[in-house]
Amino acid sequence: MAAIYPLTFAALLFSVGVYGVLSRRNAVLVLMSVELMIAAVVVNLVAMNEIVATQMGDPLLTGQAFALFVLGIGAAEVGVGLAIVLLLYRNRANVNVDDAELMKY
Amino acid sequence: MWESAALSVTVFLPLVGAAAIALIPHAKERSAKPVALAVTLATFALSLLILASYYLGPAGGQGRAFIVDVEWIPVIGAGYRVAIDGISMPLFVLTNLLTLLCVVYCFHHIEPPGRPRAFLGLILLLQTGMAGTFVAFDLILFFVFWELVLVPMYFLIGIWGGPHREYAAVKFFLYTMFGSMIMLVGFIALYFGAGAETFSMVELSQAAAGGEYGIVFQRLVFLAIFLGLAIKVPMWPFHTWLPDAHTEAPTVGSVLLAGIMLKMGTYGFVRIAVPMLPEAAVDYAPFLAVLAVIAILYGALCCMAQTDLKRLIAFSSVGHMGFVMLGIAALTTAGVNAAIFGMVAHGLITGMLFFVVGSLKHRYHTSTIADIGGGVLQTTPRIGAILTFVAIASLGLPPLPGFWGEVVALYAAFNPAEAIVDAGLLGLFRVLVVFGAIGTLLTAGYFLTMLQRVTMGTPPRRWVDAGLQDVSPIELGAWTPLLVTTVVVGLVPLLVFGITRPDVSRILTTALTG
Amino acid sequence: MIAELSWLIPAVPAVSAALIFLIGKRLPRHGAEIGITAMAATLVLAIAVAAQVWRANVGVTIDPEGGGGAFLLERAVTLAPLGEDIAVQLGMRVDGLAAMMFVLVALVSLMVHIYSVGYMHGDARYTYYFGLLSLFSFSMLLLVIASDLLVLLVGWELVGVCSFLLIGFWWERKEIQDASMKAFLTTKFGDVGLVVAVVALGGATGSFAIGDILEAVEAGEVSHGLLTFALIAMILGVVGKSAQFPLHTWLPDAMAGPTPVSALIHAATMVTAGGFLVARLYPAFHESAAATGTLAVIGAITLITAGLLALVQSDVKKVLAYSTISQLGYMIAGLAFSYVAGVFHLFTHGFFKALLFLGAGSLIHAAGSNHMEAMGGLRRFMPITFWTFLLGSLALIAVPPFAGFWSKDEVLVSALDAGGYTGILVFALGGVGGLITAFYMTRVLYLVFAGQYRGHGQPHESPASMTFPMIVLAVAAVGIGWVNLPVEAVQARAFSSWVMYDLGYWVEHPVEFHPFLALMATVLALAGVLGAWAIYRTYPERDPMYHLGIVSHVLERRYYLDDLYTDLISRTAVRDLMGPAAAWTNDAVLDGVVAGAGRGAMGLGRRLYRTGDQKGLEGVVNGLGVSALWSAARVRLAQSGNVQLYAGAMFVGVVVLAVAFAVGGN
Repeated sequence: MAAIYPLTFAALLFSVGVYGVLSRRNAVLVLMSVELMIAAVVVNLVAMNEIVATQMGDPLLTGQAFALFVLGIGAAEVGVGLAIVLLLYRNRANVNVDDAELMKY
Repeated sequence: MWESAALSVTVFLPLVGAAAIALIPHAKERSAKPVALAVTLATFALSLLILASYYLGPAGGQGRAFIVDVEWIPVIGAGYRVAIDGISMPLFVLTNLLTLLCVVYCFHHIEPPGRPRAFLGLILLLQTGMAGTFVAFDLILFFVFWELVLVPMYFLIGIWGGPHREYAAVKFFLYTMFGSMIMLVGFIALYFGAGAETFSMVELSQAAAGGEYGIVFQRLVFLAIFLGLAIKVPMWPFHTWLPDAHTEAPTVGSVLLAGIMLKMGTYGFVRIAVPMLPEAAVDYAPFLAVLAVIAILYGALCCMAQTDLKRLIAFSSVGHMGFVMLGIAALTTAGVNAAIFGMVAHGLITGMLFFVVGSLKHRYHTSTIADIGGGVLQTTPRIGAILTFVAIASLGLPPLPGFWGEVVALYAAFNPAEAIVDAGLLGLFRVLVVFGAIGTLLTAGYFLTMLQRVTMGTPPRRWVDAGLQDVSPIELGAWTPLLVTTVVVGLVPLLVFGITRPDVSRILTTALTG
Repeated sequence: MIAELSWLIPAVPAVSAALIFLIGKRLPRHGAEIGITAMAATLVLAIAVAAQVWRANVGVTIDPEGGGGAFLLERAVTLAPLGEDIAVQLGMRVDGLAAMMFVLVALVSLMVHIYSVGYMHGDARYTYYFGLLSLFSFSMLLLVIASDLLVLLVGWELVGVCSFLLIGFWWERKEIQDASMKAFLTTKFGDVGLVVAVVALGGATGSFAIGDILEAVEAGEVSHGLLTFALIAMILGVVGKSAQFPLHTWLPDAMAGPTPVSALIHAATMVTAGGFLVARLYPAFHESAAATGTLAVIGAITLITAGLLALVQSDVKKVLAYSTISQLGYMIAGLAFSYVAGVFHLFTHGFFKALLFLGAGSLIHAAGSNHMEAMGGLRRFMPITFWTFLLGSLALIAVPPFAGFWSKDEVLVSALDAGGYTGILVFALGGVGGLITAFYMTRVLYLVFAGQYRGHGQPHESPASMTFPMIVLAVAAVGIGWVNLPVEAVQARAFSSWVMYDLGYWVEHPVEFHPFLALMATVLALAGVLGAWAIYRTYPERDPMYHLGIVSHVLERRYYLDDLYTDLISRTAVRDLMGPAAAWTNDAVLDGVVAGAGRGAMGLGRRLYRTGDQKGLEGVVNGLGVSALWSAARVRLAQSGNVQLYAGAMFVGVVVLAVAFAVGGN
């Protein structure tokens, strides 16, 4: 059960990401933390594919294929996220997520 | 293809139009008007085509035609069942005509806050609801259309209304909603009462004629359905939402409210209450007739105390709908014919009255009689002349349509259905005829008083100086079809009586003789 | 068969009215030429139809047993089916009665049209006026020609509304508005009865066609009680339209309208519609003694009360108005006993009373006032008006051989022949009425034409357009009574045969001429003339008519009927008491119940969120709204706008779900 290692790694990585998202005030750092969580998911996908392939005899690399998709979309997402952060900066001269509460009530 | 699609297309075209108008960008708000005009024009043209092919086609001018019957909610036996027959036809065409004219009128003015996109979108939505009510042959579908009407009207009153619009809109909405919920209970009872477990109006009517419903059941269910319909009509003493709604509603809202929506209630009596609960209808007929005559006298008396033109016309509607209900209560072909004629007449004439009063209000910024102060015939002679004509039409001057509705309703009440005579109630009905006839006198009284105070005399100085504009081309365009139709229907009552008689006769024969 | 074209008789004025309203203003004579041409064409048609009926009816020998035989042409198309087997039919029923009315209406209308060209010259609403005249002529002729009671009712109401619009022609003034309203509403009050009667007759016989109804009644298919009820209700309509006591009060006020209108509508045609209706349904009235008795009593009371009222008027038009009411009383009373008597008086009266009104118009035109105090000595200034007015007055006073004599004599004779209480009543009051008529007309003649001119300005004779119609009508006033001479001459009793609906009836009920009776009536009339002559041959500074103590007072207050109707019933009882009472009931009671129901149903919610006094549904609505606001205020705290708070919540949610699955799942 070698898969336990990458899964544990992924869980830790994800936790770091969650921590970052919840605790950081800087939008860029929050974005980076989100990236960490995505990376954790990618690791998870690859690890899970290993389990599925060995135990059920699935020859297809479903997990890896999804991982590639997620990486691609993740890149796009970073682009959008950074664009939002840039706009936020341009409007408010800071990127503190606590101050961005236009959607309040 | 035409047979199966025509009705649905005509009913839902305004809905599509409403969606299209909603998609118009804010910047091009003004283009909502031409779009709405095109949609209603097309709808009206389609309804005329339906009218023509109803006569020339296989239906030959009687029975149901354009029947569509497809599954919709099979689990409760509700279907998408639409059709049109001689009873629906005049009201269906009237709906599309009046909506078209309302849209034309919107080119003249829309009450503040303007916003033609929202306003016209709601009117088109309203049109789908109203037209759908008259062609639905399934209780659930009927109910959906019936309720669909409430929402846009609520917003029309609540947003574009007068100073007390919120109160009026909420009262209107809650009151009619309350009635229709109880009516829905009645519908469900009908569903379970018949062995067939269906919401098809045709099948339910057949079941009723076949004696499926016991008399106690019928009486209870009739009460439930009666409440929903009577509030909508509105019958005395359920009418109190009407004056408020009319007084506050924007002109076009008043026109559609009086012109079409009130007829949904009386139409419900003809289409649902009487055919599906015939024995209860016979039992309750004297009560209906008494309430109707009370409405006639009471509406007229209330009119005499009114100081506001729109409120006065609202109360006159109560009286006119009283004649309609008197005709229905007689439960004879002549009576129901008269009722439908009365509905059409009231739709044309009272719709027109609200148009004129709306235009007066637009110019004078008030609809209080004392503030207008008389002399409209001098400040705006054409509007004054039109108001005079319509008021005289509304008081039932022959040969204008109001007269036929009233006098034939009285005739029908003089000779009510056999079952009523057998119950020993002939005397009651004949006494009611006398009181109903007295109502025509009172009606003449308050309309003439109104004319005297509004149109005659010399106008106050400030209105002479205000340089009020006489009737505009747009107003004339919206009104001329209505005035012409009024005169034509009055001169040739066959236009309505001829359409309705075969189907009224068929429905009543089935219902009352089994 | 020119009678087949009778439908053109109402159709031509209808087209004329439409044309005048549409294009009249643009024409050189502003629409008057259309009206006059149309009425002339109508008159030609009417005379042609009348002549055909005359040929068919007059001088025909009838077998008394066989009956019938009178000219009758019925043509109808179904206008609309109403119920299972009842329909309204647009049709014509042309018989002697209709033909007679055609001639009367068309002739008087044509004369009034011509007269109006002069009288209304320069009025701001000249075209509108002529349009209404044509519309009225159409409506009256429709009423006459109708073969169906509903269509007759259409005409009946239309003449009413035309009368309303024409009385109120100068609507800027309050008293004129009031007069037109009063006229319309009073006749409308009577119409309630007529509507009930029409509905009852239609309901009882299953048809609205006059022919069917008469047949059913004669065959005894209508129960006697129902028939009497319907006819009495119809008499109410007759009383309203023909201004009979006690609904006569509108007619004097109707004089506020233009004088030619008074001549046409309020003397010759519309007010006689009541008499026409009775004559139209005469076979039915004949079946009910109660109905004819009512007619006789009403007619008798009217002819005497209105005659007395005419004594104290200073407005020349009002004298004529009361005189019209009085003469209508003769008609109605005459119809109670004899078809011919009433119809004949209707016919002759139409001509001479229209003449008198046109004369009065001419006088007013000259003197600039309605009041006889402001006239006097006009004979010298207005010879044509004087002579024609004199001839009209002689006809009205019933001096032989003028028109009124023959017809009034017929009424009195038939009343006497009929006997009974009602017969004696009508005869006695009719005789006294003749005396009164002679008195007040002589008074008018002296006050207006004799002595010195007391008004302002220089009076002058009216233009030819006004005098010509007066001359034509004067000829009729003199000679028209000779069409029914009660002596064995060439065309003896020709009129009676002409208008008769059933020649057999006529042969069975011959009316004799009583020379003694005629002499007595003439003596009474002359006594009235002499009495007035004694008082008014020199202008009295103190008109004794106004100084008869309580009598004058009661008469000047018109028996207090106006006070009763206008102040007590219509203003106080209906408008000030019942109307507000109904409105109060509406707002306080009914709306209160609605609002109360709302309160009760939603009371719980209201108590939770609002305290204190609330009114109506508003509390309920606000209660609902407040409850929504209250919960929203708490729920919305969650919407902080803080992304991290949301993310944290999601995370917690996921953890909770994960734990739940881990614990609960397997």
